[in-house]
Amino acid sequence: MASDVKLVYFAWVRERIGKAEEDIDLPAEVSTVAQLLVFLRERGEEYRNALARPEVIRVAIDHEHVDHGHSIAGAREIALFPPMTGG
Amino acid sequence: MEPVPAPILRIQAADFDVAAEIDRLSQARADVGAIVTFTGICRAEEGRLAALELEHYPGMAEAEIGRIAGEAVRRWELSGLTVIHRIGLVKPGQNIVLVAAGSVHRQAAFEAASFVMDFLKSRAPFWKREHLNDGTTGDWVEARDADEDRIRGWAVTKD
Repeated sequence: MASDVKLVYFAWVRERIGKAEEDIDLPAEVSTVAQLLVFLRERGEEYRNALARPEVIRVAIDHEHVDHGHSIAGAREIALFPPMTGG
Repeated sequence: MEPVPAPILRIQAADFDVAAEIDRLSQARADVGAIVTFTGICRAEEGRLAALELEHYPGMAEAEIGRIAGEAVRRWELSGLTVIHRIGLVKPGQNIVLVAAGSVHRQAAFEAASFVMDFLKSRAPFWKREHLNDGTTGDWVEARDADEDRIRGWAVTKD
């Protein structure tokens, strides 16, 4: 069953994709963060450019950090962003 | 010690007053023997920089700072903890971030302030971008490997 999830992007991930957020229908076979990144890269040049090095992309589900092996089942909001540089 | 008050956590565009924040911690109760503060300031980068722009993830930034502060309060006996992080444009010489940790004795205050800063840098969702003196927008600041190493250092010593 496809699921509807909100994706949000920050910093250079947001700039390269060209939008700050979008609602997306995910096919059922996309069940982990790593699979989501692969799925998104197939959506077009801007996604391939933003996610060219998936290993540097940080991910949060519903405001909590997760690693790329984490399940996205039940996620309402998934955020993709570069390594953080606050402080 | 008395019960730990809830940490003071703020994300704001406006500047903050370091002395006022120290007073707030020291006057809150009678058992405060030490307050350690860290203030992060925008560097001029040899005159290149007009400002740093700080982007954040609203909602998660507050939640993550809350988790970091909560962990600090669990690890050390603190009388109070204040974390203030600015967003928007910050010019060279201006404040970016404040961490102030109060305790009965200095060691807990030093360690807690250091812990909170290390996790703020690598785990709180903020990103810096340079604005240059020639009027152009510069690059996003890159994360430093050394910052990630410091996070691992805390994990190893976790009790």
